[in-house]
Amino acid sequence: MIGIIDYGMGNLFSVSKALERIDVPYKMGERPDELEGCDGYILPGVGAFPDAMKALEEHGFISFIKEKVASGVPLYGICLGMQLLFESSEEGGDTKGLGLFPGKIEKFPGVDENGKPYKVPHMGWNKLNVHQPDQELMHNVGDEYVYFVHSFVARTDEESILYATADYHVEVPAIVGKENLVASQFHPEKSGRAGMQLLENFCKVMVKQ
Amino acid sequence: MLSKRIIPCLDVKEGRVVKGIQFVDIRDAGDPVELAKVYDEQGADELVFLDISASHEGKKTMIDVVRQVASELAIPFTVGGGIRTLEDIKETLRNGADKVSLNSSAVQRPELITEGADYFGSQCIVVAIDARYDEELGTWRVYTHGGRTPTEWKVADWAKEAVRLGAGEILLTSMNQDGEKTGFDLPLLKAVQEVVTVPVIASGGAGSSEHFYDVFTEVDADAALAASIFHYKETSVQNVKAYLKEKGVVVR
Repeated sequence: MIGIIDYGMGNLFSVSKALERIDVPYKMGERPDELEGCDGYILPGVGAFPDAMKALEEHGFISFIKEKVASGVPLYGICLGMQLLFESSEEGGDTKGLGLFPGKIEKFPGVDENGKPYKVPHMGWNKLNVHQPDQELMHNVGDEYVYFVHSFVARTDEESILYATADYHVEVPAIVGKENLVASQFHPEKSGRAGMQLLENFCKVMVKQ
Repeated sequence: MLSKRIIPCLDVKEGRVVKGIQFVDIRDAGDPVELAKVYDEQGADELVFLDISASHEGKKTMIDVVRQVASELAIPFTVGGGIRTLEDIKETLRNGADKVSLNSSAVQRPELITEGADYFGSQCIVVAIDARYDEELGTWRVYTHGGRTPTEWKVADWAKEAVRLGAGEILLTSMNQDGEKTGFDLPLLKAVQEVVTVPVIASGGAGSSEHFYDVFTEVDADAALAASIFHYKETSVQNVKAYLKEKGVVVR
């Protein structure tokens, strides 16, 4: 059973339907007690970082997520749900995140190293550069196109967490992971074959159902 | 590097696709979900559904369409037409759409752009602009209400303002070229590309694969939208992409 963490800021409908397409049982919950005992968790997220941290707090999920991750339960963060797992974000001032991945979330500068402006958000299909093909999550996922849409990007010095990146003027951490904790900047449920494969790998390989 | 996006557009009225679609090998040619699947299989990068229902019932039906598309497809899609309030935006996105497209309502009440962007992020808010060249104005003028109502806005000014207010993408339709099949309106697209920092979707005038090549190479549009050439099977998304790939344009 997968628990989808509902703190009011995710596109839960699309994620849940994607799980139905791959025959994965799930439930959604707005409070930790509704999601206690699941085999794995998905943390979705759309919107602004500060609002999302506030909502997680209000729903009582901050310590819940930290405890689950620390005790080895698999968790997959999607989009803003990935960014929340880092130490902090400069979105709306400087906001503290869950601190489970090293690094911080910064706005795309919008100007490259030669001073040439480029477009923000990073929006559209971009190709993955897979760094760690042997990870369970990455099984059967190659250098394929996935759909990005974001204005803020994770910056980290810790290369060991980079499962895959994409190039958009800077190196964009696309899929990150550390043992039972994984996340993608893009929405797997909106990223065609490769995205659905990631969801399947998470729900059926990483999570022991 | 981002690939160039090819976006088929479906006009939906009372829950059915209109505009005389000529697919043969699907169950129901007027069913938006069936058509969406066909385009997905052809390699469409994204879809746009434009609700042109006149009735309240039709609007409700559109939400069902949105839910079905989100249930069955793993590509992003935008929904436009009749989205007037933040509540409309919330309802559309919560039922599985990735973006909403605002047109007349944004011109009438520009704060709607900001309200949507503050709540869901700029990336969810597309501002659609219908543009017609105006001799007197010496540039393109913004029209609303399906091209029936001229406004005081010059297109480049409105595009800039929309982005300032929070638009994450501009869907720019040339009324002069629309339906002509003689190519996208490159000067118009260039004029807007120069003044905005968000992706621009070119729309209006696609008649052949070469036209997509032109709009991607000459004005560096981020995406190109078309309806009739795909609906009437004059070409397919995969044909256009094969052509672009051969000519060195990055496509998925």
